Amino acid sequence: MKKYTYTEKKDTRSGFGVGLHEAGQKNPDVVALCADLKGSLKMDAFANDFPERFVQVGIAEANMIGIAAGMTIGGKIPFTGTFANFSTGRVYDQIRQSVAYSNKNVKICASHAGLTLGEDGATHQILEDIGLMKMLPGMVVINPCDYNQTKAATLAIAEYEGPVYLRFGRPAIPVFTDPDQKFEIGKAWMVNEGTDVTIVATGHMVWKAIEAGEQLAELGIDAEIINIHTIKPLDEEAILKSLKKTGCVVTCEEHNKFGGLGESVARLLSTELPSPQEFVAVNDSFGESGTPDELMTKYGLDTINIVEAAQKVIKRKK
Amino acid sequence: MKHTINELEDIVSQVRRDIVRMVHSCQSGHPGGSLGCAEFMTALYFETMNHSSDFKMDGAGEDIFFLSNGHISPVFYSVLARSGYFETSELATFRKLNSRVQGHPTTHEGLPGIRIASGSLGQGMSVAIGAALTKKLNKDHSLVFTLHGDGELQEGQNWEAIMFAPHNKVDNLISTIDYNGQQIDGPTEKILSLENLQTKFEAFGWHVITSNGNNMEDIVKTLEYAKSLTGKGKPILNLMSTQMGYGVDFMVGSHKWHGTAPNDEQLASALSQNKETLGDY
Repeated sequence: MKKYTYTEKKDTRSGFGVGLHEAGQKNPDVVALCADLKGSLKMDAFANDFPERFVQVGIAEANMIGIAAGMTIGGKIPFTGTFANFSTGRVYDQIRQSVAYSNKNVKICASHAGLTLGEDGATHQILEDIGLMKMLPGMVVINPCDYNQTKAATLAIAEYEGPVYLRFGRPAIPVFTDPDQKFEIGKAWMVNEGTDVTIVATGHMVWKAIEAGEQLAELGIDAEIINIHTIKPLDEEAILKSLKKTGCVVTCEEHNKFGGLGESVARLLSTELPSPQEFVAVNDSFGESGTPDELMTKYGLDTINIVEAAQKVIKRKK
Repeated sequence: MKHTINELEDIVSQVRRDIVRMVHSCQSGHPGGSLGCAEFMTALYFETMNHSSDFKMDGAGEDIFFLSNGHISPVFYSVLARSGYFETSELATFRKLNSRVQGHPTTHEGLPGIRIASGSLGQGMSVAIGAALTKKLNKDHSLVFTLHGDGELQEGQNWEAIMFAPHNKVDNLISTIDYNGQQIDGPTEKILSLENLQTKFEAFGWHVITSNGNNMEDIVKTLEYAKSLTGKGKPILNLMSTQMGYGVDFMVGSHKWHGTAPNDEQLASALSQNKETLGDY
């Protein structure tokens, strides 16, 4: 198992904030919109340095999405910022008609995704957003795994032409990827090569997959770990190549098991390479209040759940 | 003026023929609101706006228009075709398979003149505000125009946008409400009352003007006046009284023709009331 270490923990939303500021420095057409959550989204630096390019919309997410779509007409590259719940479910029809169907170059940037939002509870913990966004034709869906990768993803989507959903989170988590990485949309990142089982993880679950890989190694199991930061378009080639070697897969995501990364992988495998699969995901449920760690344990999204799923799926191999 | 009132009225007559023929041909679509807005849309594209039929999505340096109540697409398509954005013959494909002239306006099939999809109601003002903000950032002094149904104002997103525009001094925006008092299920006053729209918009900080949308002279003058009010710190709201189905006697003033197509006999009657002036497509 390749060794991964970290010296600090940071929140992925701060990676977004730094990336957005840098994108604003690089390109004068980058504009940012926020629905009264500038601090939570770490958009202060952008707002302070480029006040004329920052639009405070107030608590009016539907209007924010529409304004962003309109701002593309004339060449701006709008980044909208609010919590994942208010970035997707609340404004689904606005995104569908004014952004996706109209093919507008809007970057929908969503913080506080999943259970790790914590104490605010289920009203704010969306676990359905990946599914909602990946179903929209032409929408790119990205869920990076740490601070550095979120910053790199933010810079990459500024240069990509077309609608993007960028999902990140609130808690401080290990920073373990290269600060100077080049982010390629739609290109899986091979975290660890192995032969016994493929672990496909996204977002906050990637670090947990690495911890699981270390524990599995101690049990004599050689896990291949793939970071799928881009859920759509899915790097089908990387997943199929890995499954041809390992013959089974565990998918890990901080999302409902319905509609998430796991289902995208299952759809691919069912037509191309039928293989045993286990899902580490929320089991069709809403969340609740609690600390992020408590919630990840209660809802079965911990390192041990990945280890157990890997052992189970290996046994299912013929 | 680019055209005399008589010339503009001749165009309107042809636009009305286009509308009823399009809706009759596919036996679906929304003639009522389309007919009621024929004068306004003709005035906008043939007189008021500075625009080019050599369509560019970014609309840089030209006035641009957003139709929020996308279901009155027949009048939009007719006016776009008649002002040269695409061949009028394409109007014959309205609502038919493999057409760019979709049931509701869309950018998806690449029809020149359309900058955003509309149909799901209440989204157009937000989009227009975005385009207006970009024009300001780009130091582009041209204007953004919109049209909304009155029933459409029942959608809450409008009021987010109506609150935003004055606060942010979006004064390069001229929005028009098609105030015909009708919606699919009946009169707006019975379905969900709009109360006093003028005082509502004024309370939000808009500069409100009123017009008779079925009087060409009045609508042309009103839009010129609206342009003179831009750049003064407030968005402009044109509260435009119209009659749904105007120009066709058996359709006028009734919500029943909001989304119903005429039969052969009714088409003949409607056409007999609107003379062919520019040549049918």
